Amino acid sequence: MLVSYEWLKEYVEIGDLTPEEVAEKLTRGGVEVDVIIPRSEGLDHVVVGYVEECQQHPNADKLNICQVNTGEETAQIICGAPNVAAGQRVAVAKPGARLPGGIKIKKAKLRGERSEGMICSLQELGIEQKLVTKEFIDGIYVFPEEAKVGEDAVEQLGLRDTVLELDLTPNRADCLSMIGVAYEMAALLDREVRHPGNDFHESEEAASDVVSVHIDVPEDNPYYGAHVIKNVTIKPSPMWIQNRLTAAGIRPINNVVDITNYVLLEYGQPLHAFDLHRFGSNQIVVRRAENGEKITTLDDEVRTLTEDHMVITNGTEPTALAGVMGGAFSEVQNDTTTILLEAAYFTPSRVRKASKDLGLRSESSIRFEKGIDSGRVEEAAERAVSLLEKYADGVVLKGKVHEDYRPKEHRTITTTSERLNQILGTDLKADEMLSIFRRLRLEAKTETEDRLVVNIPSRRPDLEIEEDLSEEVARLYGYDRIPVTLPEGITTPGSLTPVQKKRRKVRRYLEASGLHEAITYSLTSKKKTQQFLLNDVSGTVEVSLPMSEERSTMRTSLIPHLLDAVQYNQNRQMNDTAVFELGSVFIGEEGELTRQPEEKTMLGAAISGTWEVQLWQGEKTETDFYVVKGIIEGLFEELQFSHALSFTPSKKGELHPGRSADILFNDRNIGFIGQVHPRTAKEWGLKETYVFQLDLDLLLTEETNTLSYEPLPRYPSIARDIALVVNKDIPAAEVKEVIENAGGTLLKNVTLFDLYEGEKLEAGKKSLAFSLVYLDPERTLTDEEVTKTHENVLVDLKEKLDVELRR
Amino acid sequence: MIDRLQELREEALQELEKASSVKDIDEVRVKYLGKKGPITEVLRGMGKLSAEERPKVGQLANEVREDIQAKVEEKTEEMEAAALEAQLASERIDVTLPGREVKRGARHPLTAVIEEIEDIFIGLGFQVTEGPEVETDYYNFEALNLPPDHPARDMQDSFYVTDDMLLRTQTSPVQARTMEKHNGVGPVKIICPGKVYRRDDDDATHSHQFMQIEGLYVDKGVRMSDLKGILNTFVKNYFGAERNIRLRPSFFPFTEPSVEVDVSCGICAGEGCRVCKQSGWIEVLGAGMVHPRVLEMSGFDAKEYSGFAFGMGVERFALLKYGIDDIRHFYTNDIRFLDQFKRV
Ligand SMILES: [Zn+2]
Repeated sequence: MLVSYEWLKEYVEIGDLTPEEVAEKLTRGGVEVDVIIPRSEGLDHVVVGYVEECQQHPNADKLNICQVNTGEETAQIICGAPNVAAGQRVAVAKPGARLPGGIKIKKAKLRGERSEGMICSLQELGIEQKLVTKEFIDGIYVFPEEAKVGEDAVEQLGLRDTVLELDLTPNRADCLSMIGVAYEMAALLDREVRHPGNDFHESEEAASDVVSVHIDVPEDNPYYGAHVIKNVTIKPSPMWIQNRLTAAGIRPINNVVDITNYVLLEYGQPLHAFDLHRFGSNQIVVRRAENGEKITTLDDEVRTLTEDHMVITNGTEPTALAGVMGGAFSEVQNDTTTILLEAAYFTPSRVRKASKDLGLRSESSIRFEKGIDSGRVEEAAERAVSLLEKYADGVVLKGKVHEDYRPKEHRTITTTSERLNQILGTDLKADEMLSIFRRLRLEAKTETEDRLVVNIPSRRPDLEIEEDLSEEVARLYGYDRIPVTLPEGITTPGSLTPVQKKRRKVRRYLEASGLHEAITYSLTSKKKTQQFLLNDVSGTVEVSLPMSEERSTMRTSLIPHLLDAVQYNQNRQMNDTAVFELGSVFIGEEGELTRQPEEKTMLGAAISGTWEVQLWQGEKTETDFYVVKGIIEGLFEELQFSHALSFTPSKKGELHPGRSADILFNDRNIGFIGQVHPRTAKEWGLKETYVFQLDLDLLLTEETNTLSYEPLPRYPSIARDIALVVNKDIPAAEVKEVIENAGGTLLKNVTLFDLYEGEKLEAGKKSLAFSLVYLDPERTLTDEEVTKTHENVLVDLKEKLDVELRR
Repeated sequence: MIDRLQELREEALQELEKASSVKDIDEVRVKYLGKKGPITEVLRGMGKLSAEERPKVGQLANEVREDIQAKVEEKTEEMEAAALEAQLASERIDVTLPGREVKRGARHPLTAVIEEIEDIFIGLGFQVTEGPEVETDYYNFEALNLPPDHPARDMQDSFYVTDDMLLRTQTSPVQARTMEKHNGVGPVKIICPGKVYRRDDDDATHSHQFMQIEGLYVDKGVRMSDLKGILNTFVKNYFGAERNIRLRPSFFPFTEPSVEVDVSCGICAGEGCRVCKQSGWIEVLGAGMVHPRVLEMSGFDAKEYSGFAFGMGVERFALLKYGIDDIRHFYTNDIRFLDQFKRV
């Protein structure tokens, strides 16, 4: 809603406040002013001039030499507009004027002829192209006869004004009208509201002699009224109406259309003018449309309707889409003489439905959808009738035709000042509240025992319950004056849940390990939901009407978008990337979703490039499988789950078959790790990259034992190192397991400290060296005891895995 | 004999003086003080001396030994000190060369903001609760007083996945779910951080996915002034003790009264600047008293219980806190961007 400051002055005294002050008041009161738009800043030296002569320029076909009387003098001005002619009243920018586009007007010579100013188009004076009347869109503006030569043209065009653009919340539809804003302003300033006059004469002939009205579904249309105005002349509306429409962002068309728009802005009441001769009958029937019924609307579009939509008909065919837009064939045209003026109340949901289904929004539908003032329909209609009589030379037929099913009762809200004080934490007296309601023009009275009874006028349908009244009290009393307190109820300790705590622990660990946390989008492409899956997914979750294929489906894995991040960085010469993300993946069902999808919290990571570098020392570690595995092992240690972690070769298609593993937690598959398969990496355009993903829900919901101290050993331990020759395809973990089992309780620790593969060994063999630490917490071990156990280890290794000691 | 001893002392001390290494000193020591050394030899001839002379010579011999020994020690210390000096000199390094880099990652700025806010509210007695990102229409809208035809649904065009399921447009459904679980018994004090989705084209100020933190406090006798108190405490904790809040009336379907909360501008301290668009205030939160219908729908008796709710955009807080100019940075994961948050 665009509110002209000058126009608003008509209804409420605000002359003592600047537009900025008005805006501040409104905003603080709850009607937010988004932008303050001065309509003509610094636009001076533009006057109404009279074109006395207009001759073609001797040296230019398209230019005219005009002699223009500007009140004080007659100036010669060269003008290139096609529509300039002698006898016009035009806007003349005199030398010294600076136009909104930045043009500075100077005396000049154009093709040899002097020019002492410029005849302006409305666009050149800062009016948006879309608001300029069709007549003047391609040329200069021509004032009507009433404009006085020599006067300030900026003033005449209503441009010495400031427009406030309101950003209205859905509940304040009452401020979609000038009078509504005036009520608000009057309440804030505690001043009076002035309504415009709406006097007119009625002829002997009655509207009901000419036309009838019938409402088919009163729930959809509680009120429909129509006036008939005969003998109208279609012509431009007076300047003041045109100027105000332009200020409000509506293009002037002709007097009849302008007047309906003017009253729409003034009262917030949409009106529609039909040409009665084109209407097609003498009966107005408001009904639901039939399925498949068609109407050509004013914008010349053919609309196909359903029974959810409501139409105005002439008894047979639709002449308007109720509350949204008129039909083409009954439109007011230049030869129109008799007008049927509709003023109705359509229910919000019905209009909203049509507007939404047909993708058609209008100044009218916007207001009906949000709810207009059902009590002011007739007043608005009469205002329009009075203007039509005056500015369209119409003869108003007596009375109106109407059907009325509006409830006659006004809503009342009963509350107490104690209750309102309780909601707000204030200590206001009933009298103070009554005074606030009086300012808001809400009739209120106190009854016994502190009871407040407030009558709600139809212009404020948003006020329904006590809490709504508390808001009215708060905003007029001032939120700044509400005290600052802390709740007085039971105090409770705040905390994170164990899972939330562990999630933070995971983040801290990974940050400290050198990974950057990433956050990627949940919506992805269908294709990316098929890659890097922890388990097969039963189905995906797709959004209806996606904005693009790339954002059509909820992700099923974190890895694809993390690879996108690695790629993004590689494309910018950032080759060393280590990112992790903690987030949900979404698992749907086969076929249509019947319940909410499963959401699992995953931990994903992608690491590429150099892992560590000490530049001048010349040390460098490239990221490899073991770097990434080490991070996972560390994480499990952090979570006290080291004992339950193991790795087994993986068969995931997107991973390198020889450098990938499934991650097992208590032998349950909870993740994967590996190098991205060179084929997949190529698709992404990635250098060697490693990834892992873990099901964090499984990991973090597992109970952890509280950490308890293990006594330090009181007796010395004995270490034995062994180098073994093992078949190449036997995993080190298997060798270690045999050692541990054979070593029994005395064997405290087994550490692999060397791996050798090379020509010093028989083909197909590798050497693994382990350090074994033996310890008895109760006594000092003897060498013999250790040797005995150690020999068992060697025997088992030989028997179970054909492992030899390396000589 | 006495002369001889004196002589030997002179000689030894002179030789020691000349010694230029620990080895030289040791040689001198062995030469004079050794078992076959001249002093021992002199002493061996003591038998020939008179009983009077003997102690004198003996004493002198001891003195000579002690003197030599003292000189040896002094000289050795000197030598060792010099040697250490030389070693230290040779071990000198360039302390201005860079140290070994400790590899460190970084927290995502949105996580940093969320955790900081969580911690402040935990301190005020709140729990952190979470819920599904794919929500039912009921919890996302209806339970929050937004029936199917409500005009406010226009404010947030959403991604539906079925007729009655959608990507949540706010984290308030978690509040509705949590209230239901309380079976009408308060207090409920929660904040709900999480991802939300709205049908917006991504640009510098819009994102189809973003993060919110919503808070809820329901108990008997909760007042608007309490909302002011809690938010005031929060804002001073988060933005700084010198910052103030201001409430402006607004509208949200699930609260009544509803307010926008502004915080005084930290750049200009309320004087007006570019950041606050000359107003001196920056909008940071939406809040209000929980609508009685919302309380009732979630099983609370609105005559007995009341509460307040508030919601804030995490990106907006991060933008304000770190002066970031484009919301897309949060989701592009440019290492050069992320790396700057090592310090948070
Ligand atoms: Zn500022």
